[in-house]
Amino acid sequence: MNRLPAVALLAVVAAVPWLAPNDYVLHVAIMMLIWAFAYTSWSLMGRFFLVSLGHGGFMGIGAYGTVMLWNHFGVSPWLGVPLSLVLAAFFALAIGIPCFRFRITGHYFALVTLAFAEIVRLVIVALRDHTGGSLGVTPKSALVDGASFSLTALQFADKTVWFYVALAVWLGGLAIWRAFDRSMLRYALEAAGQDEDAAAAIGVDVTRSKLTVTLISAVATAFAGALYAQYQLYINPETVSGIAISLQMVFAVIAGGMFSQLGPTVGAVVTLLLSESLRIFVGHDVHGLDGTIYGLLLVLFIIFMPDGILGKLHALAKRWSGGVGPATAGSRRAVAGPGRAAADEAGPSPP
Amino acid sequence: MASGMPDSDRRLLVVRGLEAGYSSFRVLSGVDLEVRTGEAVAVIGPNGAGKTTLLRAISKLVEPTAGEVWLDGQPLAGLPAHRLPELGIAHVPENRRLFPRLTVEENLLMGAFPKSARSQWRERLAFVYGLFPRLRERRHQAAGTLSGGEQQMCAIGRGLMSGPRLLMLDEPSAGLAPVIVQQLFALVRRIADEGYTVLIVEQNIQQVLRIVDRAYLLETGRIRAAGPAHQLLASEDLRKAYIGL
Repeated sequence: MNRLPAVALLAVVAAVPWLAPNDYVLHVAIMMLIWAFAYTSWSLMGRFFLVSLGHGGFMGIGAYGTVMLWNHFGVSPWLGVPLSLVLAAFFALAIGIPCFRFRITGHYFALVTLAFAEIVRLVIVALRDHTGGSLGVTPKSALVDGASFSLTALQFADKTVWFYVALAVWLGGLAIWRAFDRSMLRYALEAAGQDEDAAAAIGVDVTRSKLTVTLISAVATAFAGALYAQYQLYINPETVSGIAISLQMVFAVIAGGMFSQLGPTVGAVVTLLLSESLRIFVGHDVHGLDGTIYGLLLVLFIIFMPDGILGKLHALAKRWSGGVGPATAGSRRAVAGPGRAAADEAGPSPP
Repeated sequence: MASGMPDSDRRLLVVRGLEAGYSSFRVLSGVDLEVRTGEAVAVIGPNGAGKTTLLRAISKLVEPTAGEVWLDGQPLAGLPAHRLPELGIAHVPENRRLFPRLTVEENLLMGAFPKSARSQWRERLAFVYGLFPRLRERRHQAAGTLSGGEQQMCAIGRGLMSGPRLLMLDEPSAGLAPVIVQQLFALVRRIADEGYTVLIVEQNIQQVLRIVDRAYLLETGRIRAAGPAHQLLASEDLRKAYIGL
């Protein structure tokens, strides 16, 4: 029923490379897509109140893993990216298994993951002989003799190519979200996120469900990091890892709305527009101004729009269309349930 | 030891020498208990006797430190909590423990989460709504906004959605107004009359003894008395100690 607006919107987005007046606008659009994918990945678990502050770490592993393998071992990103994702998966399990087994939840889980994000950043800085430390690192260029692209090195001079790559990846992120929504795993996590004991008492394997979503979320985030590195051809610990990136994800997702499929994307668009306009109109004259404005906005969002911009719009649309029933964060869509989901199960189901 | 189960075809739940606790604090010290198919059995006792822990140990929400539990002859040792619903145990935990942000109907449907229960969700939902018409009226409401009595009905309904062979109710009367408690116990009786096997844990001794077939008295982690409900209700000692008459 709302297929048409979605197709129209997608057509407009796909036309951006032709509509963009210059490379800068195209660049911002690509960054929006990459970050939108990263934020969507974070929200896959964040929406179930599994708040990770460690995703900066996963992003860093994806970015640095790919670049280090290429620079030091000549491993093509075609292989380097999967290897980095495996590394991210390993760390996701290393954090997830003990945390979920011993019921480390809520704030405590956030703290454990926060430490992880910072450890990744510190390791990158400490290994400066290999990683370039806080100065960052550039993947060795494969674009020699005026070549405009290298398929083996996954380097393209043309931003249009990157735009479509990022667009495809972002759509992939939305597809994962959708598959999730239709799977039993979603119900399991919805229950576990609200009451773990009660969830276990109705047959939900809480540990396994949480581990599965953490794994998917972490690997997808690492993939966003790898994509970022390949597109930007320059990474630096501050821009792809550490607490700052984790918090950036959380802020954008809270702003956009973590309970709707497009919420994280809206968050990415809004925060990038915000930071870019701050950069252009205010510049760096007033030190720390951007951070202050960000912090202020975060507080305002949490107070006035806890469900984010998109959540608020949904609620307003519902009110206007005369929808009934209290709209709560947890009861966002028409009633479906394990029975019904099982009938048209499309996505992965908890084993 | 699995073969050590006393054999009787009608015994659905057998608990032998069950011990459990929290870290070094032992709550249950060797509990023996049986529930036959179709029976309604109560475990009564004062606060802190270990009633909740007993149910949690049976359903593995706490890991027993000793003793054995069989369901229909199958030992439950080594099985994690989330496997028990598909075997037929529905545990309605203390304090309802609904999913507050899901609607009433979503909460009920979550009760059909076990694979074995999914295909029959329609019939069971109709059954639960028939039992608790109040829930049907409020089915699109967030469960957290229900009154205490309605929440308890929703929790019991969620338990019934898996079509359990054993329905375990933990203190369903807790925190409810006396008139609601009476209605609730009447409904529990009705559920038992429908053929469900019920194991109920209660502090509200006098009332629960009127709706169950048999009862066990649990005190400081041990079974002190057991027998048909009417016998316990008539027992002089029990009256003096707990009912205050």
